[in-house]
Amino acid sequence: MLAKRIIPCLDVDQGRVVKGIRFVSLVDAGNPIEQAKRYDAEGADELTFLDITASSDKRAIVSELVRRVADQVFIPFTVGGGLGSLEDIRAVLRAGADKVTLNTAAVVQPELISLGAETFGSQCVVVAIDARRRRVASDAAKGWEVYTHGGRRNTNWDAVEWAARAERLGAGEILLTSMDADGTRDGFDVELTRAVADAVRIPVIASGGAGKLEHFYDALTLGGASAVLAASLFHFGEYKVSEVKNYLRSRGVVVR
Amino acid sequence: MSGRAAEVAIIDYGVGNLRSVEKAFAATGCEAIVSDDARVLREAKRLVLPGVGAFGACMKALGERGFDQLVLDRTAEGTPLLGVCVGMQMLFEESEEFGRTNGLGLLRGRVRRFSKELLVPQTGWNQVSQRVPHALLAGVEEGAFFYFVHSFYCEPEERDVICGETEYGTNYASVVARGAICGVQFHPEKSQTAGLCLLKNFAELAAGER
Repeated sequence: MLAKRIIPCLDVDQGRVVKGIRFVSLVDAGNPIEQAKRYDAEGADELTFLDITASSDKRAIVSELVRRVADQVFIPFTVGGGLGSLEDIRAVLRAGADKVTLNTAAVVQPELISLGAETFGSQCVVVAIDARRRRVASDAAKGWEVYTHGGRRNTNWDAVEWAARAERLGAGEILLTSMDADGTRDGFDVELTRAVADAVRIPVIASGGAGKLEHFYDALTLGGASAVLAASLFHFGEYKVSEVKNYLRSRGVVVR
Repeated sequence: MSGRAAEVAIIDYGVGNLRSVEKAFAATGCEAIVSDDARVLREAKRLVLPGVGAFGACMKALGERGFDQLVLDRTAEGTPLLGVCVGMQMLFEESEEFGRTNGLGLLRGRVRRFSKELLVPQTGWNQVSQRVPHALLAGVEEGAFFYFVHSFYCEPEERDVICGETEYGTNYASVVARGAICGVQFHPEKSQTAGLCLLKNFAELAAGER
């Protein structure tokens, strides 16, 4: 049977792993190559690198990192963060990445999803959605809105509708981050995950809020996610990937 | 180029990123090269036929370089061939992707789309149950997980070419071989230990071996 996937995420700045708490404070969490190898050895099913480098030689820095990871890690890995053109996508895929995530760029120019899918295949194009629950109390305004620019800008788009549209445009997967849950360790937003998973026929990767073992179980079963992604929980060693998998296996979830 | 024939040549016909396949062979101690040079491909001891994206586009790109005939000639000589992902599908007679497209016809059978009921492409790690024994799977555990990304699957006409099966909505052939002509639907270069083991086995296959 197709296994549910556990994906450690490495937030990378200037070639170093960092982790934002609620999208703001940054704590150094180490060397990305060493972390990638460690996760690979622990049984991670994939790796995701979100690059937040803001510098003019960003593309060169990212390509070099991707190349070094690809030399040593033989599981799929995804690179995202500020990719804004077909050339950006080409550069990281050529360096050895298997997939890219498009976030702000996908909202600003949705045609980039189609262009990426037509050029490199849908399997390469992961649309990342940062979603926040609407603050209004009335039932009519329920749901989640899509934020861009690292969570700073509200598009007022409905997250579930955007996910369905991204699929129609050619996205191969949805990486869904709950901004409300991210960094809290109180659990994934299962309701959000389920709403998006029910609206698309492509895999949904749940992200944001992992703190306990049962949170992974909930996102993969109640939430209907195909995969779960977590960053700080793995970086700081609270749980190993293998511990999460052993737990899921003990509860009847198929994992590698 | 030196006069020494490559142990493994990965056929570069302009489709996909082949660097990861090359690196994975290197990790097993085998020096594989990526090449679009017909002379190199004609001399190599073993060939890898990669493939991503659309079946038709892959066949077209292969044909434009004359590598379709090259693959047929080399396999007729007994040179081991490993088709990976769409490269495996191309070994068969035809695909139902966008009407009908002809494949290389090295193996009898066709390529079909997964049911619309399923999440497509199948993305992730799935198990291979071993069927007809083949040296390609030596040392690979029964039920080992490999990394798959695909929307279409192969339906061989001859059961005896099926060396491994995988379940996704249906049981389908995920590892096929007839003599030294081999195909895998998953990506061995992205399948960690099990994938590297399979690549190492391929790099040790001799011409015409079974």
